[in-house]
Amino acid sequence: MAALAEAQPAKPSLADSIDPSTTESLKYKAERAAIDRSLRGPVLCFIGGAIFWLLLGSLFALIASIKMNVPGFLGDSAFLTFGRVRPAHLNAVGYGWGAQIAMAVGLWLMARLCRIEVRHGGLLYMAFGLFNAGVMIGILAILGGQGTSVEWLEFPTYAALVVFAGFALVAIWAVIMFRFRQPGHVYVSQWYILAAFFWFPWLYATANMVIFILPVQAAVQGPVNWWYGHNALGLFFTPIALATAYYMIPKVIGRPVHSYYLSILGFWSLAFFYSWNGMHHLIGGPFPAWLISASVVASIMMVVPVITTGINHHFTMVGHFNALRWSPTLRFTVFGAMCYTLSSLQGSSMAIRSVNQVTHFTHYTIGHAHLGLYGFFTMIMFGAIYYIVPRLVEWEWPSASLIRWHFWLSAIGVSAMFIVLSIGGLFQGFALEDPKISFLTSTNYANAFLWMRSISGIALTAAHIIFASSFALILLHAGVVRRRPTLLDRPA
Amino acid sequence: MNRMPLLLTGIFLTFFSAWLGLVAMPYIHLGRFKPQVDDVTREETPPPFSGEALQGATIYAANGCIYCHSQQVRPLEAGADLERGWGARRTVARDYMRDKVAYFGTSRTGPDLSNIGARQPSAEWHYQHLYQPQVVSKGSIMPAFKFLFEKRRISGQPSADAIKMQPPDEAEPGWEIVPTREGKQLVAYLLSLKRSTYPLPEAPEETPAK
Repeated sequence: MAALAEAQPAKPSLADSIDPSTTESLKYKAERAAIDRSLRGPVLCFIGGAIFWLLLGSLFALIASIKMNVPGFLGDSAFLTFGRVRPAHLNAVGYGWGAQIAMAVGLWLMARLCRIEVRHGGLLYMAFGLFNAGVMIGILAILGGQGTSVEWLEFPTYAALVVFAGFALVAIWAVIMFRFRQPGHVYVSQWYILAAFFWFPWLYATANMVIFILPVQAAVQGPVNWWYGHNALGLFFTPIALATAYYMIPKVIGRPVHSYYLSILGFWSLAFFYSWNGMHHLIGGPFPAWLISASVVASIMMVVPVITTGINHHFTMVGHFNALRWSPTLRFTVFGAMCYTLSSLQGSSMAIRSVNQVTHFTHYTIGHAHLGLYGFFTMIMFGAIYYIVPRLVEWEWPSASLIRWHFWLSAIGVSAMFIVLSIGGLFQGFALEDPKISFLTSTNYANAFLWMRSISGIALTAAHIIFASSFALILLHAGVVRRRPTLLDRPA
Repeated sequence: MNRMPLLLTGIFLTFFSAWLGLVAMPYIHLGRFKPQVDDVTREETPPPFSGEALQGATIYAANGCIYCHSQQVRPLEAGADLERGWGARRTVARDYMRDKVAYFGTSRTGPDLSNIGARQPSAEWHYQHLYQPQVVSKGSIMPAFKFLFEKRRISGQPSADAIKMQPPDEAEPGWEIVPTREGKQLVAYLLSLKRSTYPLPEAPEETPAK
C-alpha cells in the first residue's frame, strides 16, 4: 500500500489540510498528469482497438449462438459455418478485446505505480499496429478455413507470430518502465503486472512452438494445449485483473489495502498453484493419471489464493459499500471481484473427478468460462476504463445513465448467461452419463437453455454498443463541461 | 515487497516448475511412441492414415468439427462412453501417434467420433449426413455442410459419386449433387477413425455390464 501512499504526501502539512492546492499536492498532481499525457496516445489506441474487437466478437457470438438454435441460420457459406464463427468469437474477444485491454490497463497502471513517464511511446504505436494486424489476419484466416482447431490457439502460425511480436513489445516496455521506477515500495499490483507480462509470452511461445512450429507427437499436444489454455486465463488475465482491483478499490474509497501479508500470500499461492492448472480439461482422456492428478490437486489448492484475495478485498471494502451507489469504477470492480471468488471456487469444484465426469463435455463449462472471463475479467476492465479514460482525455463521461445501462445490461446479461448455461449443462451432463437416455435427448435437454443463452447474449451486445457509444462521446468531448467526475448517484 | 531478486526469481521458478511438470514431463512420457508391430504379419498398429485422410483432417480442423465432437473414449469408471457403444475400449495416448494434430475435443454437443469409421462404415451415409443432417438424424442441431458439395448438370451418364438425396433436398431432374474434393477428403478421414478397434497391449477391451 505504501506506493499508493507515496503518490500522496505522506503527512499533510497544515497548509495542505487547509488548501488542497498547496505546492506539495500540486507537485504530485502535475506528476500524474505528465504520466497520463505521455501514455495518452498509445493507451487510447489500445482501448479503442479492444472495444472494436469486443463489438465484432459480440457479433460473432450472437451468430454462433443463434446457429445452435436454428442450425440452418446463415448456413450456406463456408466462412460463416458454426465451426468457424465460434473460434472467431473466442479469438476476437480473447485476444482482440481481452489481451489488448489487459495490455492497455497493465501499461497505464505500471506507469502510474512506477511514477515515470513512458519513453519512446512511438514504439507502443508499433506494438498496437502489429497486435491488431495479427488478430485481424488470424480472424480472417479462421473464417477463411485456415484455423487450427486447437482451442485458444486457432490462429495459424503466421498470424500468431505477428500477435506475439506486438505483445512482446508491450511486455518489454512494461519491464523497462519497472526498471526506471522511482525508488520506494513496490506495490502488489506491480508484482502481478510484472509476472503477467513475463508469463504470457513464455506460455504463448511454448504452446505455438510445441504444437505447430516444431510439432511433437499428438499425445503431448493435449497437455500443452490445456496448460496454455488454462494459464492464459490464470497467469495472464487473472493477474492483470487482480492488479487492477488491488489498485482501483483503495483508490476509489481512499483507504489502504486491508492486509499486506494477505496480498503476499495471495500472490505467491496464485503463482505456484495456478501455473499447474489445466490438465483437468483432460480428465478421462488418453493421458496418464499422474499428469491429471497433479493438476487436479493444484486446482483444488487454488482455494488458497482465491479466499485470501477475497478476504483482503472484502475487508478493504468493509464500511464503504455505500460507495457502490455512486462510483462507476467501484461498481464494476467489486462485481468483478465477487465473480472472481465465485468462478474460481466453481472452477476448483469442476476439477474434482466425479463432478468433472458430468460437466466435462457440456455447456456447463461454457458458462464457467463466461463467469471467469466476462463476470470477473471483463467487468474489472470496464471499471478500469471508466477510471482511466477521463484522465487521458481530460474530459468527464458525458452521461451517467449510459454507464448505468451498461452496468445493468452487462451484469444481468452475464449472470443470466451463467445461470442458464449451468442448468442446461447439468441436464445435458446427467443425460450423457445415463446410457439409457439417447444421445439426441441430451442435446434436446440443452436446447431450451441455449435459446435463453442467445437472449442473454443480446443483452450483453446491447451493453457493449452503449459502452462503445459512451467511449466515442468522451473522445469527442461531448456534453457539458463537468468539474467533477460523472457519478451514478450523489455521494452520501 | 522490495526484495526484487526474490520477486523475479519466484516469478521465474514457480512458472518453470509447472513448465517442467506439464510440458517437459509429458514430452518425455508421451512424446516418443512407436507402433506395435505384429511378429508374423509385420502389420503396424495403430495403422497409418492414407494421404487423403490426412488431408481430410485439415478439413475437419478448418470447419471446426472439434467444437461439438470429441475424439476420446473414456474408460468404464470415468463415463458412459463404452456403454454408449462409442468404442470397444478406452483410447490411450498411443492411439493418436499417427495424428499430426489430435482433436481430443472438449464438447459433446454431438457424439464422440473416435470410432465413427467403424460405427458408420458407409461413405454414402456420411455424404448424406453432411449434406442434410436433419434428414439422416432427426432432431440433430448439426449444421449442413452444403459447401462441401457441388450441384451440377448431368451430362451423359450420372457421375458415380453423385449422392442419393432424400426429400426435401432432392436434386431437380437433370441435376446431381457430388462431393467436392474437400468433401471426399473429410469423409475419407471420418471413415479412417477407428481408434479403438485394434488391440494394444496397454489397452485391454472392456465390456460394460448390461
